[in-house]
Amino acid sequence: MEIRQIATIAGKEFWDRLRNRWVLAVALVFTAFALVIAYFGAAQQGAVGFRSIEVTIASLVSLVIYLIPLIALMLGFDAIVGERERGSLDLLLALPITRFELLLGKYLGLAAALTFSTVVGFGLVALVLARQLDLGALFHYFGFMGSSVLLGMAFLSLAVMLSVFAADRTRASGLAIALWFFFVLVFDLLLLGALVLGGDGHGSEFYPYLLLANPADVFRILNIFSLDDVRTLYGLATVFPPALARPWLLGGVMLGWIALPLGVAAWRFRK
Amino acid sequence: MPNASSGAGAAGAEPLATAAEHPAAEAVVSVRGVRKHYGAVHAVDGVDLDIRRGELFGLIGHNGAGKSTLFKMMLGLVPATAGEIRIGGVAVGGRDFRAARRAVGYLPENVVLYDNLTGLETLHFFARLKGAAVADCVPVLERVGLAHAARRRVREYSKGMRQRLGFAQALLGKPRLLFLDEPTTGLDPEAIRDFYATLRELRAEGVTMVLTSHILAEIQERVDRLAIMAAGKVQALGTVQALRERMDLPLNIDLRVAEVDIAAVRAALASLPLLAVADCEGGLALQCRRELKMAVLEALTMLAGRVSDLRVREPSLEDVFFGFAD
Repeated sequence: MEIRQIATIAGKEFWDRLRNRWVLAVALVFTAFALVIAYFGAAQQGAVGFRSIEVTIASLVSLVIYLIPLIALMLGFDAIVGERERGSLDLLLALPITRFELLLGKYLGLAAALTFSTVVGFGLVALVLARQLDLGALFHYFGFMGSSVLLGMAFLSLAVMLSVFAADRTRASGLAIALWFFFVLVFDLLLLGALVLGGDGHGSEFYPYLLLANPADVFRILNIFSLDDVRTLYGLATVFPPALARPWLLGGVMLGWIALPLGVAAWRFRK
Repeated sequence: MPNASSGAGAAGAEPLATAAEHPAAEAVVSVRGVRKHYGAVHAVDGVDLDIRRGELFGLIGHNGAGKSTLFKMMLGLVPATAGEIRIGGVAVGGRDFRAARRAVGYLPENVVLYDNLTGLETLHFFARLKGAAVADCVPVLERVGLAHAARRRVREYSKGMRQRLGFAQALLGKPRLLFLDEPTTGLDPEAIRDFYATLRELRAEGVTMVLTSHILAEIQERVDRLAIMAAGKVQALGTVQALRERMDLPLNIDLRVAEVDIAAVRAALASLPLLAVADCEGGLALQCRRELKMAVLEALTMLAGRVSDLRVREPSLEDVFFGFAD
């Protein structure tokens, strides 16, 4: 494996997103949403202005869990199938580069663009709020930013896997939307349905572990369990075993969600 | 290295251009018993082929004849079901593939590059991937006539400019072997002339080139040798002239004859062993066997008073192609 080849592909992908203002647009969206949530999140209760980092993060988690998976899937769904459909894949593969280097370079370049947008977008808000946050609050906020980056990379990995399997861009985009619906909307409903139907019967103790099968839920748990006030706001916290809610463990699960789809994509792309 | 004079493996395809014609020739691309099967479909069905150092080699065939698949297998883009392809002695897809590919340039049909990059950035990108000197990008752009547009984004390029930029990326790293797939698509006549002039320069530098094209008239006087593919096999291999002779296609002779003299000329030609005599605009069109060319021309000189001009036409590559491919 030649790192230089991976870096060249990744650099081009990142530069492409920077130049077409994708990075800027996404960073602005994150900044705008985060600021609105931080200052107007409690407007329904008749209060305006920054209240607490816990409430802000809780609101941001609810937003990010929808937004980042969607953005990541849209960013990566045509990474490979797009090149194939346009006819540029053959040209790239005729160069002294392996398929794995190409795939990894593409992923890393797109991940860098998404990470840059996330860090800049939410980082600007941290700068704005810096005066009102103590060190502990800043630590939690940066933890939220880090987990958001991991969430984006996990869904980007799924998107790149789709882009390897899909026959054309249209199918890839349809699959990306379907994947978003499944992980962000349907998965928890299915789990809740199973929990209600199964009651306290045999096997119900495994349901919390099933939450690890969804990177969006792992992200939610990562953030919920880091903040005491927020934990009580979420019903899921009552069913999730605290022993599993260790940041390093959940972080490891998230890394698994990044590596596994990428590994499957690499295996499929070799053929 | 296998003998360069080895010919096509297909039945009836003999090596018409022998190694004796190219005593110093050496096979840069060596294809041995290559097959590619997609289930019951035999896209390439047992091809043996050698492409010699410094030659401009044409690969032609109908759509679906297997030439694109063979082309992609030579580039290592499609693995062979059976057989072996070597480039410069290195197995395509083998461990040393990077070194082999660094010596190869590829211009795909309908080249698609990156709209957000400028022409120069595009070449920088490909130069880095090829391990070529980034400093060579500007001279390469000059060579293909795109120096003036180096800092313009590719999205502003015309189809012909994109094709030339694609050619430029193929030239990066001073490749010893070029694969050119329908390279003149989208080029205007002047650009086509310039393109083939560049190919002549490259050939003089010892670069080997493999070219596919559907425009047979364009390549018939330009390729050193060609292979005609049909049904996944090489049906014929050799120089255009050798294939003409092997096909034994008749020569065409066009006579300019005044309308009042046509009957007399026809009568005079009746004694000659011609294959066909037909009226055409401005005179008569004859067909005769190649070996009778001199005898027919000698007889025609006797009609100099009635025939004001004549033109001998060799069978075109198109005639040869249809003879072998069908």
